[in-house]
Amino acid sequence: MKQTRAIVITGNGTNCETEAAHACRLGGFDEAKIAHIAEILSGEVRLDDYHFLNLTGGFLDGDDLGSAKAQAHRLKYATVYDTPNGAPEKLVEQFTRFINAGKLVLGVCNGFQLMVKMGMLPALDGNTLTQTVTLCHNDCGRFQDRWCYLKADPASPCVFTKGIEKGIYLPVRHGEGKFLTDSPATLERIESGHLAVLKYSEADYAEPTMEFPANPNGSTNAIAGLCDPTGRLMGLMPHPEAFVHYTQHPRWTREQLPENGDGLILYKNAADFVRKNLL
Amino acid sequence: MPSRIEIALKDSVRDSRGERIKREIEHFLHLKVKQVRTLDVFTVDAELSRTELEAAASGPFCDPVIQSYSIDLPQAVGFDWAVEVGFRPGVTDNVGRTAGEAVSYLIQRPLADNEAVYSSIQYLLSADLSSEQVEKIATGLLCNTLIQRYSIMSAADFMAKRGFPTTVPKVTGETKGQVREMDLEVSDEELLRISKDGVLALTLEEMKIIQSHYRDPQVLAERKKQGLGSKPTDVELECLAQTWSEHCKHKIFSATVQYEDENGNKQEIKSLFKSYIQRVTKDVRENLGDKDFCLSVFKDNAGVITFDENNSLVFKVETHNSPSALDPYGGALTGIVGVNRDPFGTGQGSKLIFNTDVFCFADPFYDKPLPSRLLHPRRIFEGVVEGVEHGGNKSGIPTVNGSIVFDERFAGKPLVFCGTAGMMPARVNGIPGHEKSIKPGDLIVMAGGRIGKDGIHGATFSSEELNENSPVTAVQIGDPITQKRMFDFLIRARDKGLYRFITDNGAGGLSSSIGEMAGECNGCRMDLAKAPLKYPGLNPWEILISEAQERMSMAVPPEKLDEFMAMSKRFGVESTVLGEFTDSGTFHIQYGDATVAWLPMEFMHEGLPPMQIPAKWQPPVNPEAPAQHKEDWTADLLGLLGQLNICSKESVVRRYDHEVQGGSVVKPFTGVTNDGPSDAAVVRPILDSYKGVVVSHGICPRYSDIDAYHMAANALDEALRNYVAVGGNPDHWAGLDNFCWCDPVLSEKTPDGPYKMAQLVRANQALLDLCVPINLPLVSGKDSMKNDFYDGTTKISIPPTLLFSVIGTIPDIRNAVTMDFKRAGDIICLLGETKDELGGSEYLAMQGYTGNKVPKVNITTALARYKALHQAIMSGLVASCHDLSDGGLAVALAESAFSGGFGCRVELANVRFEGDQRYKTDELLLFSESASRLLVTVHPAQWAAFEEAMAGTGFSQIGQVADNDIVTIAGLEGKTVLSTDLAQLKSAWQRPLKEL
Repeated sequence: MKQTRAIVITGNGTNCETEAAHACRLGGFDEAKIAHIAEILSGEVRLDDYHFLNLTGGFLDGDDLGSAKAQAHRLKYATVYDTPNGAPEKLVEQFTRFINAGKLVLGVCNGFQLMVKMGMLPALDGNTLTQTVTLCHNDCGRFQDRWCYLKADPASPCVFTKGIEKGIYLPVRHGEGKFLTDSPATLERIESGHLAVLKYSEADYAEPTMEFPANPNGSTNAIAGLCDPTGRLMGLMPHPEAFVHYTQHPRWTREQLPENGDGLILYKNAADFVRKNLL
Repeated sequence: MPSRIEIALKDSVRDSRGERIKREIEHFLHLKVKQVRTLDVFTVDAELSRTELEAAASGPFCDPVIQSYSIDLPQAVGFDWAVEVGFRPGVTDNVGRTAGEAVSYLIQRPLADNEAVYSSIQYLLSADLSSEQVEKIATGLLCNTLIQRYSIMSAADFMAKRGFPTTVPKVTGETKGQVREMDLEVSDEELLRISKDGVLALTLEEMKIIQSHYRDPQVLAERKKQGLGSKPTDVELECLAQTWSEHCKHKIFSATVQYEDENGNKQEIKSLFKSYIQRVTKDVRENLGDKDFCLSVFKDNAGVITFDENNSLVFKVETHNSPSALDPYGGALTGIVGVNRDPFGTGQGSKLIFNTDVFCFADPFYDKPLPSRLLHPRRIFEGVVEGVEHGGNKSGIPTVNGSIVFDERFAGKPLVFCGTAGMMPARVNGIPGHEKSIKPGDLIVMAGGRIGKDGIHGATFSSEELNENSPVTAVQIGDPITQKRMFDFLIRARDKGLYRFITDNGAGGLSSSIGEMAGECNGCRMDLAKAPLKYPGLNPWEILISEAQERMSMAVPPEKLDEFMAMSKRFGVESTVLGEFTDSGTFHIQYGDATVAWLPMEFMHEGLPPMQIPAKWQPPVNPEAPAQHKEDWTADLLGLLGQLNICSKESVVRRYDHEVQGGSVVKPFTGVTNDGPSDAAVVRPILDSYKGVVVSHGICPRYSDIDAYHMAANALDEALRNYVAVGGNPDHWAGLDNFCWCDPVLSEKTPDGPYKMAQLVRANQALLDLCVPINLPLVSGKDSMKNDFYDGTTKISIPPTLLFSVIGTIPDIRNAVTMDFKRAGDIICLLGETKDELGGSEYLAMQGYTGNKVPKVNITTALARYKALHQAIMSGLVASCHDLSDGGLAVALAESAFSGGFGCRVELANVRFEGDQRYKTDELLLFSESASRLLVTVHPAQWAAFEEAMAGTGFSQIGQVADNDIVTIAGLEGKTVLSTDLAQLKSAWQRPLKEL
């Protein structure tokens, strides 16, 4: 039987690779490879060999030029010299090929910032290389580590959030998570396409909220997570890989919780999708 | 021609950085400001075409959704004053470095050595201010003039001159490779002058030892063969000063102490370190026999104990006080990324699993005049918190445990304790992970950052008191990303067996790291001209002792060198061969072909005789506070909850990522609304195992005002209480001692040295007395002995402080317990005895008293209690558990109640009291800080089993968790003496630091 294969890119300040790979395995992937960007640039590891790409949390290049900016730039300009056919290619071509092959990409936190700054989200017209939205400094002006309730949009095409009834509870850990669009038109297309798949809400998952701290950053329309129109590319500021077991919940010592954490469903859905569509 | 690229936020975008500055100007400086906007400025000093500049500005430098850019054209409009702040030449500029890297991707070539990008920030103030007031904002808030430069322009000026000129803060200089000979055949006064002017921190006695070394005919003959004269070179003198500094050599802890107690009993102690600290561990390991879980103690950069069959646990706590006093942000950032390198450089290297941090500050709301050169406590607070935030978060290491302690005397020097734990494979390529070796012929390889003038004299400067002339170069700024890249590479190199030995470059730089490594095989030869430099102009001695950050030193076997270097290059990490290890018995340093230092290893490491320090103990007698009798203590409790040492630190803690790596089991905050204060952290470092690491700490400097023996004993007991409260295993625990003292050596400047030294002796005695009976080995620690400020008139000495950290394990994380009340009807039980011990308490401090009756620890009864409690917790009998410390029973009850969202009813008559019944009062039972007590809640159905588990350990039922939100306490006479609701209690506790 063929293997479902996930890859997690690390290096230059990525921090969440271990738990992201762990979440992929728990979610049902046969393999979860942690690959250093140096191994990808040298050609040792190729995205083509995988089905599910994880761009996960961290501080790429220290967020020195704004979150993930320097890496977005690097991925566009860096060249992989050692390729199977011997012809050098831009790394970004591997990304585009990966996306065009109908595969899955999940960007979490710094990975979400990277996706929007490269233009992979929301990719409204299938253009994955032009930036139209951004994530900037939280309104409170500070990094925040706190747990947030995220209301899901059941009408969304998103592959990862299928089956979430009302919402999920996850931690955010960021200083730059305020979602903004380049124009009201972009926002309108995101909303009408049900691409804003997760929104900050109160504990009842009833309505999106703009109130701090339930909305920790002041995001437009309380947007916490976003997908492209195909639903195969998704990014979110909260950390699904940080809640895959009940002992990660801040109140597990006082509440009766199921064994699995809320975040695991994203990885299960990814594994199911790969098994059904990509093997 | 250098160019200025300006990046501005579009008008519609909120400038949260500017808003924060506006708030701070109003809050700190009491000046009214209408608005602050900010711009990022990149000064590009590189050969770029206009198209390339355009591509850089519009590409990596600018976010097109929210920002606009301009090249050599100011964007500022609609302001009254502009202030631009950038770094001074040679100061680490992380943003500039990343920008330079982005440019090099763009132009498809690395930047040349003389090319660079520099960052600065432009602040645009809309305010009716005088130029003096703007100057005050610039120097008092926006710019730390030690490391940064600023310029100010009024709007009119700005228009006339078309904005700020282009400034390139490039270090200019030529490689001179200059070596001076130092004449030590001079008078004693002259010897002292050489030491003082050179920031060598060597005493006259030490200078004379060096002097006589250079008179030895055998030494001179050997030197002649090397082409060296009879005078020491500056390289040698600097190297000895580093190696022999208090910071590196721990001379006070190694000294011979003449101790006299209050009864005139005299005792000679040869080395506090050997007589107490090392002895604890030696005795405990003997007692443990084949159950000994220590793997590596004292000899390496961090302590190592067993974790499970396949992994070992590493822990180290460091201080970074002096640099944090000068540049709080850079000092603290360097503190955290610096201590990261300790576990990383232990054994063959470990993966870092969490950080801890403890700060001691003066009141951030301090409003009295301060001596010049001292930064305001609030600036220190802000800077340190931000430094640790950036250091920890960017490195991807969760900050899981810590605290902030306040005392006015920390205005003289703040204490910044940073700890890091790591996990290493029990065996790496067949060799125990905690062991390493060097063979003669192995190559000296340095990896990571480059060497600059940063941190020169850090080790010797921190071995002196802070004064007006403390050197600017002693400050470094850490770069977490360069370090992270290096770690990513080295951990993979470790697994491939590409090096044999690794250690970090910290205090003393290469002189220290290579000096210690050379001790492993008895010699080395190193060429300083091979060292990669940040900029030209460094002399050999500067290269040798620079404390530039983010560097590790390795011993690489020659046959592995090619693979090591190739992998390093692939991972974007600079590695350089500097020489090789030998068995020549000599620390041999060259600059090119010339020998610039030739020091016998034995003289370097063993040449210094122990200091002789007098110590005389005389217990102080403090005024006693009059006992109070009240009908209602509610206001006292609310007041205590708002004390800086007790109140919530959530505004700080939320800025630290405590969950990265996915192993957070007991988080810093817990309870029904995630805001109750946890006692300790539980971390699950291996995600497919249920075994956990528990880490806790204790610190109580105020007790030193009564007796440092009990200060140490209580710090230790507090750490143990916190550790067992969450489920830590008392059969598998280890301690780390971090001593921060004021100078205890008798001198003209320190006439009370014998008293301070006696305090140090007593703190050590406490550790020996308490650790051995409970099998608690000390596995690592550090001392920082010169925490004083002295400017010739004002002297501020910190209170003697021991931070005691405990690390150990919990067999199954699913049994961990938190401190919040869980459900109405649970039985509230107090473990331990309350005594007439209000001395040094928060309660007395609130009234302006210290008192004398300091809490005393009975470690035998405490141990029995902790072991029984652990069994009860592992059997699932405990619903909540919270330690009693600052503020005593009243504060612990309030915290457990508001964290859990349940009130309670408690009767003081049921509290176990030990001692003279005359002192048994409501006041004492509520607020005494007697040691070894814990507050536990138990489900009624489990009470019988709990009672059985705790049999014989001294505990009593004192009340019940209520199904409402009222906390009620009945006094000894049965009447209600305290009653309030949870909202009041929580708000009193959260208010003081909420806005920081």
